[in-house]
Amino acid sequence: MNDVVICLLSPASFDRAAQGLAGAGRRLAEELGSQLKAIVLSPQSPAIAAEVAQVIDKVIVVDQGEYQPESALSALADVCRQLSPVAVLFGNDTYSQEVTPRLAYRLDGAAVGDVVEVTVHQQALRVSRQVYGGKAQATIELKRTPAVLWTRSRSFAPAPRLSEPGEITELSLDIPADIRTRIVERKRESQSEQRLEEARVIVSGGRGIGGPEPFNDELKPLAELMGAQLAASRAACDAGWVPPTFQVGQTGKKVTPDLYLAIAITGASQHMAGISEAKNIAAINTDPDAPIFKHCRFGIVEDYRKVVPLLRQKLIALQNSQR
Amino acid sequence: MNILVCLKQILDPEIPAREFRVDPARREAERGNANLVTNVFCENALETALQFRETLGDAKITVLSFGAATAEDSLRKALAMKADAAALVINDKTPNPDPLTVAQVLAAAIHKLGSFDLVIVGREAGDWGAGQTAGLLAEELKIPCVSFVDRIEAMNGGLRFKRQTDSGWEVLEAQTPVVVSITNDEHNVPRIPKVRDVMMSYRQPLTQWTLSDLGYEIEDDKYYQVVDLSIPQKESRCEFVTGDTLDERVESLARRITEVTSAL
Repeated sequence: MNDVVICLLSPASFDRAAQGLAGAGRRLAEELGSQLKAIVLSPQSPAIAAEVAQVIDKVIVVDQGEYQPESALSALADVCRQLSPVAVLFGNDTYSQEVTPRLAYRLDGAAVGDVVEVTVHQQALRVSRQVYGGKAQATIELKRTPAVLWTRSRSFAPAPRLSEPGEITELSLDIPADIRTRIVERKRESQSEQRLEEARVIVSGGRGIGGPEPFNDELKPLAELMGAQLAASRAACDAGWVPPTFQVGQTGKKVTPDLYLAIAITGASQHMAGISEAKNIAAINTDPDAPIFKHCRFGIVEDYRKVVPLLRQKLIALQNSQR
Repeated sequence: MNILVCLKQILDPEIPAREFRVDPARREAERGNANLVTNVFCENALETALQFRETLGDAKITVLSFGAATAEDSLRKALAMKADAAALVINDKTPNPDPLTVAQVLAAAIHKLGSFDLVIVGREAGDWGAGQTAGLLAEELKIPCVSFVDRIEAMNGGLRFKRQTDSGWEVLEAQTPVVVSITNDEHNVPRIPKVRDVMMSYRQPLTQWTLSDLGYEIEDDKYYQVVDLSIPQKESRCEFVTGDTLDERVESLARRITEVTSAL
């Protein structure tokens, strides 16, 4: 058997990231001439499986209750052993990142994270990822099967719909409760229900913003006006101006918006590593030599304090004129 | 409580991109003039351990590294930050061992060092950034793992962790022994050691082992193999918005933003 399997952990919806994951899985399955299967671990709504089945040949729904690290891992290992896939693909959410190396270990496979490309080279799987904080790109050939990968899933094109939806199977597993670790509290801190990784437009502030107030008084209203999510560089998060969940970069979120507006962000490679798959980058920065401009489609060299209030007025005027 | 913190020495990730070179044949970064530093998440990990020890009063922190002989500097710095003991497994075999090899070597060293209630590692390294050490080490040690932790507290009969997630944070309770990976937040910025402690650290004992002391033999390319390493070429095509006044330039910026976002 050489199926390709995608795994969705506690999905709240079949969002763009999950669709991209299915797309990556479908292209790999076609290249290998194999089936594409999905393991959906504890979906938050029964409708999700039906949506997944529109693009996946076989959907296996396992309801294990709320995600717990040890029992989710045991459940995934159990189902994967039955399927013996050639590749198991995940998205880039927290749970997927934590589970992949351990799942690879249990299946005698090999794991790679933050994958942006998967190819087949003389029957071996090769993946690409950024290394050295985005300064270099590595191609890695996996030497064990299965390949267990977590991917920057939103950067992949979605999978085409099947003419007939795939089969949905519900599987109940006999996994004993593992009480060695237990999540006892879950707290959302984000600005909206949408994950930053899912955002189509992002307004992001850096060290040059200078404090928490401008984030609230200047950037937040701009983001709302643009229908954007607010994000920040590591420097701004470390300074405590915004919560760590806002952080974009090598050590924060890897985002893939259609527009990333970087305000007072120099664009160190560690930051760029988080936005390399963004479709368009624009910047507002006082320094014309700031590295961020090397990655921009368009930009303005000016103090953001002068630009942002005016930009809000202009955007409102444009929005009104288009109505 | 016995705490073990793993540290990795890496090429300074702060070196500017224009000075960064790779050797495509060896598939390694070139050292150039760059310093070797302790990976920052490993320092966040040590800082979290030090703060946790302060709340406990009675705990021993051992630092462990698997790397080149120069990694001794990272361990000396950790001693200066007030870790209690240090051990280095010298890797004279391969400059970039795969994640499984790293986990197996660390596990072998941990067994030789004794038993630990808590094993702490950084969430990923600033060089290869595989982010697999915590998970694979937990599997090698056959104990559970908690990722992306930024705070550790003691509770009755176990530990309580706060960890960062996509959308916020979670609290986990765990029995020991357990492996955790540490991420950064405003509370675990690594402390700067005192000059006197830096000097003292060079007089402290430091255990050094070779791979054969651990009875471990590295097998190349058993997990994965890096087949290409290159620097992506980015063409700079930034269009700076034009206009005679700030008002006109911002107007043009607003138009460009609207074009891009309404085309979605």
